[in-house]
Amino acid sequence: MTPELGSAVLWVAAALALYGAGAAASGAATGRVALIASAQHAALAVFALVTTAFLLLVYAFLTFDFSVLYVARQTNLNTPFYFRITGVWGALEGSIVLWSWMLALYTLILVIRHRSQRDLYPWALSVMLGILCFFLLVMTIPAPPFERLTPVPADGRGLNPLLEDTGMITHPVALYLGFTGFTVPFAFALAALIAGRVGDTWITVTRRWTIVAWYFLSLGLLIGGWWSYHVLGWGGYWAWDPVENAAVMPWLTGTAFLHSVMIQERRRMLKLWNISLVLLTFGLTIFGTFLTRSGVIASVHSFTQGSIGVFFLAFLALVLLTGFGLLAWRWPLLRADGELDSVLSRESAFLLNNVFLVAIAFTVFFGTVFPLLSEAARGVKISVGAPFFNRVNVPLFLALIFMMGVGPLIAWRRASVDNLKRNFLWPVLAGIAAAAFLTALGVRSTLAVLALAFTAFTGGTIALDVWRATRARARTGLALVPAVTSLVLRHNRRYGGFTIHLGILVIAVGVTGSQAWSRQTEMTLRRGESVELAGYQVRFDGLAATREGTHDKVMGTFTVVGRRGQTTVMHPSKKFYPQEQSPIAGVDYRIGLKEDLYLVLGDFARDGSQATVKAQVNRLVSWIWIGGGILTLGALLAILPSRK
Amino acid sequence: MKSYRRRLSAILGLGWLLAALGPPLIGVPAGASWAARPLVRVAAAAEPPGETALSPSLPEGRSAATRVPEAIVHEVASQLRCVVCQNLSVADSPSEMANQMREIVRQRLAAGETPEQVIRYFVDRYGEWILLSPAPHGLNLLVWIAPALAVLVGLAIVASLIRRWTRPAHPAPAQPVDAALRERVRQELGQRR
Amino acid sequence: MWKWLIPLSVVPVVGLLAYGFRTDPRAIPSPLVGRPAADFALRTFDGNAVRLREHRGKVVVINFWASWCHPACYDEAPALERSWRAYRDREVVVIGVAIQDRDDASRKFISDFSLSFPNAPDPGGRVSVEYGVYGVPETYFIDRQGRIRLKHAGAVSDDLFKRQVEQLLEEAA
Repeated sequence: MTPELGSAVLWVAAALALYGAGAAASGAATGRVALIASAQHAALAVFALVTTAFLLLVYAFLTFDFSVLYVARQTNLNTPFYFRITGVWGALEGSIVLWSWMLALYTLILVIRHRSQRDLYPWALSVMLGILCFFLLVMTIPAPPFERLTPVPADGRGLNPLLEDTGMITHPVALYLGFTGFTVPFAFALAALIAGRVGDTWITVTRRWTIVAWYFLSLGLLIGGWWSYHVLGWGGYWAWDPVENAAVMPWLTGTAFLHSVMIQERRRMLKLWNISLVLLTFGLTIFGTFLTRSGVIASVHSFTQGSIGVFFLAFLALVLLTGFGLLAWRWPLLRADGELDSVLSRESAFLLNNVFLVAIAFTVFFGTVFPLLSEAARGVKISVGAPFFNRVNVPLFLALIFMMGVGPLIAWRRASVDNLKRNFLWPVLAGIAAAAFLTALGVRSTLAVLALAFTAFTGGTIALDVWRATRARARTGLALVPAVTSLVLRHNRRYGGFTIHLGILVIAVGVTGSQAWSRQTEMTLRRGESVELAGYQVRFDGLAATREGTHDKVMGTFTVVGRRGQTTVMHPSKKFYPQEQSPIAGVDYRIGLKEDLYLVLGDFARDGSQATVKAQVNRLVSWIWIGGGILTLGALLAILPSRK
Repeated sequence: MKSYRRRLSAILGLGWLLAALGPPLIGVPAGASWAARPLVRVAAAAEPPGETALSPSLPEGRSAATRVPEAIVHEVASQLRCVVCQNLSVADSPSEMANQMREIVRQRLAAGETPEQVIRYFVDRYGEWILLSPAPHGLNLLVWIAPALAVLVGLAIVASLIRRWTRPAHPAPAQPVDAALRERVRQELGQRR
Repeated sequence: MWKWLIPLSVVPVVGLLAYGFRTDPRAIPSPLVGRPAADFALRTFDGNAVRLREHRGKVVVINFWASWCHPACYDEAPALERSWRAYRDREVVVIGVAIQDRDDASRKFISDFSLSFPNAPDPGGRVSVEYGVYGVPETYFIDRQGRIRLKHAGAVSDDLFKRQVEQLLEEAA
């Protein structure tokens, strides 16, 4: 019953979404309010239907309804309750259900919040419903979540064990909230182009959407890194995997967009550029779903292949051609009517920031699709992986950190020498001092010195601004804490931005530390033998085999003695799942502020007499997660309603 | 104005080039797994397939004479792609196959091979695909210059935009001042003082 | 006029991505085809020594498998056994190599399918790396002069085996 009911709900929703898109568009074109109202009702109905479908799927999971093929694939009778919920979006079909539900939710919010936006709203509604219709169509034709399985099996297959982690409840959800969040600015940008209202309206309306979407995307990326680091067992947080790249590209263009809209708000320039950026950002989110689901480029994230890739590629082509076609059509309207007084100004600093961000996005894109290009042109398969991306992107990220310090403080229009000295003298000195200090300490990696020097410079600009503004307030008699608080709350956009920058700086320190100063080693140890790494003594004590609910586990016992004599016992393991080909490594780690100790169990003798262990001392990785927390605070601050 | 722009672009371009090329020129210490590692020049792909000899397999029964520093094993292994995982290096991957490949790297280094020879051994058997970083020759050069190209194109566009937006407006030709107006102004200024 | 280049530039990108549908990112062509097959010495599960060099002059089929490789290895095992029995008296040798597998699981696989051709584990994965193996099952067809003539990734059918081996048998040693 469930499979048929679910499928029917989705079909009706797809039809209603199509109708709503058409009604809204024709209502916008002809000005007939009744059509727009009808489209609104359709949007509400679609939301109700998609929610129903989602809940139906969750219900099927919770009740072990193996008549639904998807449920039988994702769970078995041993799957714990928690993973029966998160397993809903653990594979292709369910992930599209989640995506569609978020789109429907955002459409609902758009209806509630922006109904009064008479010029743009109807077109934006039409675009949103059109996109929603596409995803619903995907759920009805190539990737139906409610496909029936006959005969109904007694037990299911089970969730991919790598997905049995708390990250499953946060990583996809945050990431999808980010991706789908960019749909709304895209819808408004298209609406602006169609209606010919390419001024600031569409930007002011979508400002909060952009920050929220950007934040969730950042959060999703950070959680993905956390998950990779703590679960996957290779001791790293970012592998430049094609699907990781696909998520970071819209983040990069989204960041560029966030910054360049500030220029359009203040100076009415860069209209063309801003619309292009938002079109590109949304296009990249669709490109991301295409990559993940088409299997065109092999990735650890790839879901299954099938005809779904064709659907997404066709949609991607449609979105990009429509968007950029409209852009070309409205080209005359998008001329800048602003002026620039000097190269040394905030406008050009932001322009440079955009250049670097988009250059990184382009590099990542080109590197990701280059294996395809090489095969098409030369017939030779090559790989483009982490060593390449690290090498070419690092200088660009360093330049970005530097610009992050210059941008907020340099004057608009024209920065006088006086202004430059006043704002940058101390930060520059801080940067040089940091570089000198590190070199004196014996740090030989040039890139690490540069990275930390730029971080010191940018941190110095933030500190300088906060100090000066607080001092000005304190002069009116306020004590320190109320001065800072009132400052931050009154100018929450600016200081939210500063806090986000601060978070990025802390992340940068973490990345620098882990890339430049981490140590690893691998050794086969007999029982009682130890290996030394960066001051830690790791001794192999033995192995134990246990049978858990869903898998067999071999657990190693290692006693670790630290530099100051502190002892701890660690248990890296290998889990053997019947439905998986190779064993899954279960790492054990001790997290610290300065460094993490990381143990992975490798080969072992059946009798437990010896085992191979890979040990890593990763420096400063915790700073990445702390930076993420600071970033969250900054984003929350930035979206507060202004108290002016 | 123009000199400002030129100087700024020059400084930025130079700075970026230095950051990109400097580290391999200066050299990076072993053990620091930072980005800039000297690229291994792999000639295998340029040679035509055929009679050229493959790098030999290790002779049987040869035990590791010396203990090879793990740092060098790690460095070589991190340039090779783990063949059963997606996009992880042999150094990073926790899979069985990667463990075995690392051991082979260790044994070959201990038997006296250079890192380049070890990498050549794998490329001969798996093809260019096993290199995680595309060997910089032929078509692959395109992907290596793409970032620099993107930045230069971006800077050029920004430069032309800035030039267009800071072009000073032609001042209107001065109108001859009316003599009576001039006299009135002088009087008023005199009164102010 | 030039502004229309922007939407038009989408077309080659989409075209390249569409090309990706025709390729399989996991199918890696082997550079070893046409080259001499590397010699190896292994000890079978029965305790016998098997050495590639000893079979020079015959057609050799090396099959890499694992007991955890569902369903392909399970599909091809009967086909391999049938083919082996058909050709064993005709100067054809089939050698199975179990990689990254557990001893007991491999032995069970062999006994389940009653495999009578020599099967050996590959300690340390030396032989599989030597042959550029990146997945299972993979089968290499080696001619009488000791060159690798074909690498087949995926399950081997009776048909494929017969075609390849007949073609190689016709060649002189």
